[in-house]
Amino acid sequence: MGFLHRNRGLSPYLLLAPGLLYLALFFLVPLGFLAYQSLQSGTFDVGYAFDWAWGNYWDAIRNYRGHFIRSLQYAGIATLLALLLGYPLAYWIAFRGGRWKNLLLLFIVAPFFVTYLIRTLAWETILADQGPVVGFLRDIGVLGSDGRVLATSTAVVAGITYNFFPFMALPLYVSLEQIDQRLIEAAQDLYASKWKAFLRVTLPLSLPGVVAGTLLTFIPAAGDFINAQLLGSPRTHMIGNVIQSKFLELTDYPAAASMSFVLMAAILLMVAIYARVVGTEKLTG
Amino acid sequence: MTNVLNRRELMRRAVAGSTLLTVPGILAACGGSSTESSGSDGDKTLAKTLRFSNWTYYIDVDEKTKKRPTLDMFKKKTGTTVRYIEDINDNSSYFGKIQGPLSRGQSIDRDLIVMTDNTRYPSLLIKKGWVEKLDKSAIPNIKNLQGALAHPNWDENRDYSLPWQSGMTGIAYNDKLTDPVLSMDDLLENPKLKGKITLLNEMGDAMSLVMLANGDDPAKVTDATFDKALKRIQKAVDSGQVRQFTGNDYTGPLAKGDLSACMAWSGDVVQLQPDNPNLHWNLAETGGDIWTDNMLIPKGANVYTASVYMNFVYDPKIAALIEAYINYICPVKGAREEMLKIDPSLAKNTLIFPTDKMLDNVVIFDAAALSNQKYLEAWQNLISA
Repeated sequence: MGFLHRNRGLSPYLLLAPGLLYLALFFLVPLGFLAYQSLQSGTFDVGYAFDWAWGNYWDAIRNYRGHFIRSLQYAGIATLLALLLGYPLAYWIAFRGGRWKNLLLLFIVAPFFVTYLIRTLAWETILADQGPVVGFLRDIGVLGSDGRVLATSTAVVAGITYNFFPFMALPLYVSLEQIDQRLIEAAQDLYASKWKAFLRVTLPLSLPGVVAGTLLTFIPAAGDFINAQLLGSPRTHMIGNVIQSKFLELTDYPAAASMSFVLMAAILLMVAIYARVVGTEKLTG
Repeated sequence: MTNVLNRRELMRRAVAGSTLLTVPGILAACGGSSTESSGSDGDKTLAKTLRFSNWTYYIDVDEKTKKRPTLDMFKKKTGTTVRYIEDINDNSSYFGKIQGPLSRGQSIDRDLIVMTDNTRYPSLLIKKGWVEKLDKSAIPNIKNLQGALAHPNWDENRDYSLPWQSGMTGIAYNDKLTDPVLSMDDLLENPKLKGKITLLNEMGDAMSLVMLANGDDPAKVTDATFDKALKRIQKAVDSGQVRQFTGNDYTGPLAKGDLSACMAWSGDVVQLQPDNPNLHWNLAETGGDIWTDNMLIPKGANVYTASVYMNFVYDPKIAALIEAYINYICPVKGAREEMLKIDPSLAKNTLIFPTDKMLDNVVIFDAAALSNQKYLEAWQNLISA
């Protein structure tokens, strides 16, 4: 104790140390290694060597541009869908949930006690061509008599939306739940309609939740490959599938590493634009 | 009533005696790896547990008890429990999974793995020094290895590997959903099958079948024949004909009816048939390919125990029990005679005993093409893009 008393200035750093150490060890070091690997050339059989092979990046963009674009598209649509589905749900739980709030939140989280892979495989069964869901969609004419859901981009986007839904719904709930009800009452006292009170009071106050949810959904979704692999077809593969196959199947580490960096850059760019449009102060609330 | 036992009944009886013994065995297997010794040369003591990675639908199963009779027999004979893990779905992803630890000299927690010779991986594992030499002194039954399989070019004297099974690649179809699909032309281009077929993600399998359909020779791949076959598959992908590229996981969608037809390995469909009588398997009219899956002992494994297990399955009696269930081509001499004792009708099974006509109709894919980086990359781009 004596030491900390005498060196008060040090204590914030000491408190930060475990977190910083963790980030340095498990984020910066691997990232640095990945960057090093992305500039190597060679083959798996003879080994890879570092030689500033910037061509890896050029190849990644030139050969897989379509996959990058598709990944950002799918992730964007899924994020939007999750927001449209999640906002009313979070709103309802926060303002009308009453004593059932915790139980209702548990319902959102409950499926996630099962692993990601199993949940996605379950959708493979639910959406099976000969299954009841697709049968019903055919009966009501949404799908043609020979139509299917699996192995289409719809299934991939729906899978991503489902799998990342809690990352959207929970931050939304937190920001909505914190809103002081009296502010809305005050707006209505001042003759704002319910709709106007929502637009001018509730929505702006919940923006931090919207921003957090959007980022938490969009970023992992853009790099996802499980949904495209299990629910998609070769035509709906995302950049994650290519990186996975380069890493694990072709064991072409430089190509996979450089693609990971291109993906990272693309996501950062999108996030920067988004933050610019929404306003950075909304990120932190 | 006939006196002949069917194979399941026979196996059920065979296991009945050993059932009691297996309960502690399962408990031991659940105990994890603490008791498992790591390999050292010349160590001739059996490990308590043999960790065996294999493909799905690749060993005998008792339909009633869901136990694996031959593994129970091994336990009874040697006291070693086999922890049998069906975690190989295709060669490349399995190799991807194990190459990290192996390249760092770490154990992969397995004593036996099974990889196919129509990929570059068995030879690559040997070249990299990531597999152990067999303890042949523990495998006197190696004399039962079929002559034709004794000297593959990637392991001339079978110092590192022994065949588990051989099989053929052909076409499976579901007669409830489609007319018979007997040719690659049909599979790749019949509009009625659009989005209802899968192809295998092993380059050797898929390219062999398409090259044969193109009238080219898969045993001698040239850039021209490779490109031609690749373009044809690409066209089928672009048109939406191909639903997915799969490893062994085609069996689920095929059984569920999501697929009308697909490229498939010879024995799998027969194992699905009891529950799915609508499924059929044939060689494509223009021919198929034949391959051999090989048992290998990864570095850090218990070589002696793995070798003792190899010796066990090279006993024709045991080989016959496995074969009668899985319907692949047996690498063990004398298994046929043993199988006929179990059930003479099995002699008519052309998947276990292919006819000369079938054997004339299958090829072995060009070994050089399997490790051609340019081909591998083009193939991987096709199936993941």
